[in-house]
Amino acid sequence: MNENKDWPLWEIFIRSRAGLNHKHVGSLHAADEDMAIENARDVYTRRNEGISIWVVESKYITASNPEDEESLFDPADNKIYRHPTFYDLPDEVKHM
Amino acid sequence: MSESSMLEIFEEKIKREIKIEPREWMPDAYRKTLVRQISQHAHSEIVGMLPEANWIKRAPTMRRKVALLAKVQDEAGHGLYLYSAAETLGTSRKTMIDDLLSGKAKYSSIFNYPTITWADIGAVGWLVDGAAIMNQVMLCRTSYGPYARAMVRICKEESFHQRQGYEIMLTLAQGSQEQKAMAQDALNRWWWPSLMMFGPSDKESKHSAQSMAWKIKRKSNDELRQNFVDATVPQARLIGLSIPDPDLKWNEERGAYDFGDIDWEEFWNVVKGNGPCNKQRLDDRNKAHEEGHWVREAALAFAEKQAKRKAKKDKVA
Repeated sequence: MNENKDWPLWEIFIRSRAGLNHKHVGSLHAADEDMAIENARDVYTRRNEGISIWVVESKYITASNPEDEESLFDPADNKIYRHPTFYDLPDEVKHM
Repeated sequence: MSESSMLEIFEEKIKREIKIEPREWMPDAYRKTLVRQISQHAHSEIVGMLPEANWIKRAPTMRRKVALLAKVQDEAGHGLYLYSAAETLGTSRKTMIDDLLSGKAKYSSIFNYPTITWADIGAVGWLVDGAAIMNQVMLCRTSYGPYARAMVRICKEESFHQRQGYEIMLTLAQGSQEQKAMAQDALNRWWWPSLMMFGPSDKESKHSAQSMAWKIKRKSNDELRQNFVDATVPQARLIGLSIPDPDLKWNEERGAYDFGDIDWEEFWNVVKGNGPCNKQRLDDRNKAHEEGHWVREAALAFAEKQAKRKAKKDKVA
């Protein structure tokens, strides 16, 4: 084996209990996907933190560029009409 | 964007307590400081397994044995969380491991002391983990996101470590004369090295001021050391053990304990590699790494073969 090479890096997602989304918890190295799941079990769920694991090799994740944060997310700032509190209702309407 | 305006954004985030995340712009020196600190922290977790593993097979009862085994396994996990956090800054696992194995990278000097009796396992859990927790609780609020998240996980898991150590000390302290003496002896040997874990005093610490400004650290070495002494002295008294420091005295005015001078010559001597176990620890890590070589090789060869087989099958289908 080429000792100059690390095993691939995997991103680990755990569902902590039924009804919740898988959530990113960190990463680890493993030779293949089966080992990634076994290692994730040992590294990230030693105390009943999970009932299901997803592993994705890190190189397959595409992420937005932090420098684009403003152009991507600021347009939502001034669209207050997307929130229920924007609308005026008579007091008599208790729940809507 | 110019570097000066990126620096401005970075500093504004630090000021407003907004975490810095991996792919965001950060000053080179901030990145370098974090890589050094996080990788040293990871190495400490890994090397820290060695003095404790020394007692797994000789633990006095099954209850003690499963607890110690779980604790040592946690330390491995903590090392892995931290290596991953450091890798988000652009270093590789291999670089970090190579630096540890060659002796270039440092790890906490405390692990260069030997665990010669069972009471040492109690003292390590109580004092060494206790001191580490002081530091790690502070680091849960560090300014770099992945490091802070790793610390939150670690702190949740560490709290049992200190309890299991203190319980060992408590049991010995309530035992026969011989057992009590063993507990006292362990405290005598581990007390001062534990105080040294917080690093040089603020006046001498070369990285401290900048790390505080960047909010990598939130408390100074001396502040953390004082917190540790104030928390630990009453715990020792409670189980009838005495702290090996004739200058230790409650200071009413400060609302804190005054304590004696630390032997910094001993500290620097161990940092420089001349502690009782520096050579043994590095030899053990190197031996484990070499002996694991064929496993790493086989796993990768197997993974490659499986991938090829799967590609072929997919093609046929």
